[in-house]
Amino acid sequence: MSTLDALKHDPEKARRLSIALVFVCTLLGAAAQILMKAGTLEYPHSGALQLLLAIFKSGKLFLGYAFYGISTLVLVVALKYGELSILYPVIALTYVWVTGLSVLIYSEAMNPWKMLGLLTVVLGVGVLGRGRKS
Amino acid sequence: MTTGTPTNSMLLVLGASFVGSFGAVFLKSGAEHLHRNIASLFVNWRLAIGVVFFLASSLLYLKGIQHGELTILYPMVSLGYVWTLVWSRIFFKEPFTRNKFIGLGMILVGIVFLALGNR
Repeated sequence: MSTLDALKHDPEKARRLSIALVFVCTLLGAAAQILMKAGTLEYPHSGALQLLLAIFKSGKLFLGYAFYGISTLVLVVALKYGELSILYPVIALTYVWVTGLSVLIYSEAMNPWKMLGLLTVVLGVGVLGRGRKS
Repeated sequence: MTTGTPTNSMLLVLGASFVGSFGAVFLKSGAEHLHRNIASLFVNWRLAIGVVFFLASSLLYLKGIQHGELTILYPMVSLGYVWTLVWSRIFFKEPFTRNKFIGLGMILVGIVFLALGNR
């Protein structure tokens, strides 16, 4: 844990670590979203409560929520060492992975809008992650 | 542009973004009160409230996207990043910087592009 204390005295290192942790969150979040979308398709006309209970009937929904749980724990650790206003929008990288996975898994077509979108989100995260320049 | 997305779905997703942004605020607040031991992770009421808000947000989102077009609904939920930028300044005194506005703006535009590509 002493390495964590050292981070408090090295803000640049802490900032990079926190962004790397949120990066991991987005990978977990993307997997969770794919699983949950597949899970909700099994219950197309359910209410909110039924969807909540369906977690215990659908392995996909259960795993989806489990991934979200782990991702939340990682996010909490990241938030301890970084600014919320920088880290929270980085979660948008999830869209990048979900789009990529949908192309790979569901053979969804790639098109210019998607390419432009992926590029813009990634560049936006890059700008956010550049640190405090006003 | 005409859309087959019910107003109800839009309100649900907008609500999800709002509730989720408060979930993020409670998680950040809880993270700042974390101590060295694992136990402090589970007796932290701020984190618990944050998780409940995220759960509520995800239920609203799931309900919202059952009907309607993701082209409209996907970008809407990302408005949560904008609310969070404001809450971060109010509650945690995080400064507004040019990079945050430009980066967040690009992310939002990128998500609209992605949604257009997913039509």
